[in-house]
Amino acid sequence: MGVPLVEIAGLTVDFGNDWRSRAVDGVDLAIAPGEALGVVGESGSGKSVTWLAALGLLPARARVGGSVRLEGQQLVGAPARLLESVRGKRIAMIFQDPSSCLNPVHRIGRQLGEALKLHRGLSGAAGEAETLRLLDQVGIADAKRRLSDYPHQLSGGLNQRVMIAMALAGQPDLLVADEPTTALDATIQAQILALLAGIRRDTGMALVLISHDLGVVAENVSRVAVMYAGRLVEEGLGQDLFDAPRHPYTQGLLAALPTLTGPRRRLAAIPGTVPEPGKAPAGCSFAPRCPLAEPRCMSEPPASRRVGLLHRAACHLQIEPGFSAGALPRAAE
Amino acid sequence: MLLFAASRLLRAALTILFVMTFAFVVLRLSGDPALLIMSVDAPPEAIKAFRQAWGLDQPIWDQYLSYIAHAFTGDFGKSMRDGRPAMDLVMERVPATLAITLPALALKIGLGIPAGIYAALHRNSFADRLTMAVSVAGFTMPSFVLALLLVLVFAVNLGWLPASGADSPSHAILPIITLGAAGAAIMARFTRSAMLEVLGQPYIRAASAKGVEWRRVISHHALPNAAIPTVTIIGFMIGSLVAGAVVVESVFAWPGVGRLLVSAVANRDLAVVQAILMVIAAWMVMANFTVDIAYGWLDPRVRGAAAGH
Repeated sequence: MGVPLVEIAGLTVDFGNDWRSRAVDGVDLAIAPGEALGVVGESGSGKSVTWLAALGLLPARARVGGSVRLEGQQLVGAPARLLESVRGKRIAMIFQDPSSCLNPVHRIGRQLGEALKLHRGLSGAAGEAETLRLLDQVGIADAKRRLSDYPHQLSGGLNQRVMIAMALAGQPDLLVADEPTTALDATIQAQILALLAGIRRDTGMALVLISHDLGVVAENVSRVAVMYAGRLVEEGLGQDLFDAPRHPYTQGLLAALPTLTGPRRRLAAIPGTVPEPGKAPAGCSFAPRCPLAEPRCMSEPPASRRVGLLHRAACHLQIEPGFSAGALPRAAE
Repeated sequence: MLLFAASRLLRAALTILFVMTFAFVVLRLSGDPALLIMSVDAPPEAIKAFRQAWGLDQPIWDQYLSYIAHAFTGDFGKSMRDGRPAMDLVMERVPATLAITLPALALKIGLGIPAGIYAALHRNSFADRLTMAVSVAGFTMPSFVLALLLVLVFAVNLGWLPASGADSPSHAILPIITLGAAGAAIMARFTRSAMLEVLGQPYIRAASAKGVEWRRVISHHALPNAAIPTVTIIGFMIGSLVAGAVVVESVFAWPGVGRLLVSAVANRDLAVVQAILMVIAAWMVMANFTVDIAYGWLDPRVRGAAAGH
């Protein structure tokens, strides 16, 4: 990887006073210009909070530590003015539920126009022309009529397209898409993902695709980071990670997926649930659910180590690629 | 929009008719005005003559139909006390009431809304807790208690302001503060919770993520949405402009509609009570109608629903 566009180092987010209740616990992650990175994890794993923290969008009671650099510029603890100039302009973000992310009392055209005026100084006729172009770019037919519509008059899919158009208004270097298709129908999901891929191809924008859906991530990004209980447990190129997962959690996730080819088999669920905030063990947070856990896993947090080319995992055990923890017989069975 | 307005107007007319009917029936069930006005030991012939003169000897539905028929021509009957048209008696009291309720409304809005917004934006700060503590005190204290407290401090002890009457503008100050304080407290609480509700909405975070500066997020994204529920309370307060000062007018001997209502009820002056209730209902309905229109104007979702989208 060349010079990173965004480099996250040792990022921590606390909502309470107890270090065990950390929402994000020492995440290191870098994104190169134009790269597509997938961030996978269950809800509550800290994948969204990481990016909200990077942009300073968390409520005031959240305490953020560590560092997030955008081309060398520190964003953690940065003044509001700097963050406002980064948001939307350098790093744009779209969210899970598009219909509730658009202001219900303002027309679509006005909300798009606000972003254009803010980031590109466009207003009046030039602003409207660019608004129409953006709506056209995100595949909204009859754009002119849509300008005077309110969000409640549009479907979820159309609203997400409007959100994407709004994110593109600032011509950002990075788009963080936080579960962009989770609230949408399966057919609309595919359209929105294709749209994002097309925009990336055309603009060279980098993309962080946050999802709990491994399938969505596998098809749309080149590199994947897996998060569990606020920590980054494995990170690697998509093919390496999916073909040869090294962390028992990633292996468990993959074993829980059905395959279209190959023999039919019983899907393996990962036993147990994600530890509640404040109840994570001192060591590896996956240890209580890990079929391979050893005594030291409960007490010592594992450091992230290199397990292959651009492939890192945070596990004490030297797990061979190809080994699948999910396929192990379990004591309970 | 026109259909929206028309349907609300029809509902308004029905509401007023209902209130008129209800007041008519209840007042006639609650005692004989002839006995009260003429006194119990008046000769039976005199009472009979009184009943005949006011039509009280007619069957109740005849009385009702004639009342409604006259009401449509603007005749709401005469006061049994002094024989003047009841509506005139009521109308000449309205300016006095508005002279204290309008400034009180300005106080409620002007003090309550900024305080509520400030408290919401500084949630859990000392200023927030202080505002909310004052607000709880403000709306839990009955208005006559606050009125007496203010009289004790500013009229009796300090001697700055008159305790009762309506001889000069300074007589209005204590009634206005009494009315305004409780309303401002309610307004502040309501604005605060409306604002907190809106600040937690995804579109507020999305607006920030878009790069909109915080002040503008508040003024352009949060306030227009928080205004929608707040309008309900303002509408309610406007609705009580005419009759919301019954207790305060009585305590401060302020010659408004509220005091007229108290004395008219005590005297069983049917036409006057009915005229007052009619005015209150019409005013209340008008206020609600205005609120509905304001909703449509503030919230495109309501507008769409009413227009049958």
